[in-house]
Amino acid sequence: MTKVTMTVNGKAVSGEVEGRTLLVQFLREGLGLTGTHVGCDTSQCGACVVHVDGKAVKSCTVFALDVEGASVRTIEGMANADGSLGTLQQAFQDHHGLQCGFCTPGMVMTSAALLAENPKPTEAEVRDYLEGNICRCTGYHNIVKAVLAASGQDVSAVAAE
Amino acid sequence: MHNFEFVKPSTIAEAVKALAREDAQALSGGQTLMPTMKQRLAAPAVLVSLTGIPEMRGVCRNGDALEIGAATTHAEVAREAAAAYPALAGLAGGIGDPAVRNLGTIGGSLANNDPAACYPAAVLGSGATVVTSKREIAADDFFQGLFSTALEEGEIIISVRFPIPERAGYAKFEQPASRFALTGAFVAKYASGVRVAITGAGQDGVFRWSDGERALSASYAADALSGLSVSPDGLMADLHGTPAYRANLVKVMTQRAVRAS
Repeated sequence: MTKVTMTVNGKAVSGEVEGRTLLVQFLREGLGLTGTHVGCDTSQCGACVVHVDGKAVKSCTVFALDVEGASVRTIEGMANADGSLGTLQQAFQDHHGLQCGFCTPGMVMTSAALLAENPKPTEAEVRDYLEGNICRCTGYHNIVKAVLAASGQDVSAVAAE
Repeated sequence: MHNFEFVKPSTIAEAVKALAREDAQALSGGQTLMPTMKQRLAAPAVLVSLTGIPEMRGVCRNGDALEIGAATTHAEVAREAAAAYPALAGLAGGIGDPAVRNLGTIGGSLANNDPAACYPAAVLGSGATVVTSKREIAADDFFQGLFSTALEEGEIIISVRFPIPERAGYAKFEQPASRFALTGAFVAKYASGVRVAITGAGQDGVFRWSDGERALSASYAADALSGLSVSPDGLMADLHGTPAYRANLVKVMTQRAVRAS
């Protein structure tokens, strides 16, 4: 076991991990932050997306020891300081951007990375950026709508079907 | 996944030393190696991360060449090579998805030499030079068949040097689930002639389409390829496409790459 130290949602954390411990395992099992989900475990579905130093990554395909010293943000770090939902989270609720909710943590984290890079994306840009996030309820239209709404754009014209 | 000892050196010399240990394996972005290890198709005793070595990161223009550190991610290449070599930046920006592009690296992709990966087409199509911890290897000598390269045991790619072409384009027919190239063509026009490299189609991985190169060197236009036909001999067959289907894609994707350039 090796000691790993990083900042998660603004708090300094550390733990003992094996070489093979994945970042998502450290977050979920080591820190009890179970908001980040493991869907496919093969870096295809995007349910496990978190930010490492501001960049969206699939935490099932990163070793915990490889992000020693990094700043990590998970879905638990997306709410406002008073515990109310953040803008993007609220938009997902308002526009019914989640059905079963399993993919939602990854969808929110990937969308947050998109809006940080591109504050006013087009619908096509949102769909393109979410290419690595799979929703098996197939609720993509409302997810895209939620992201556009969170960016402050009018979504009344976005196709419903 | 079997356990291993994880080491993350900060210099090339330390990395070379660590890789000399028994059953040591280099790790770059891990976007291919980690799924492989989860399936226990690879089980190194020591994993040497190459992403903490500053001199192996970044994009730098030196005169007529663009030098890219081996541990530079696809997302960084997409951003930082856009001005000097837009076709290369576009190729990098089309690999996988945004999260994969934030971790996967050019050096990792080349060392792996997946027969359907995008980067081998850019490197071979540009006649780039692969700079390693031991020597410099011309692209024409680097790729040696499926998942095999000229790299020796313990040899690390440090950077890749691309001569900047007059014009270049990349077009891939994407396998929609994996986003790898079902067939992809990289075309680059230099004063010395045109190079065409095809990925995703060859049984032995990336290859140069010499008939296409001759036709485009004589006349650089998509129509110059109209009269050519590609033999399906030596092309891949899988559930996504027959050799004859891929043979047609070689020509169509090359024409699209020329139009995009």
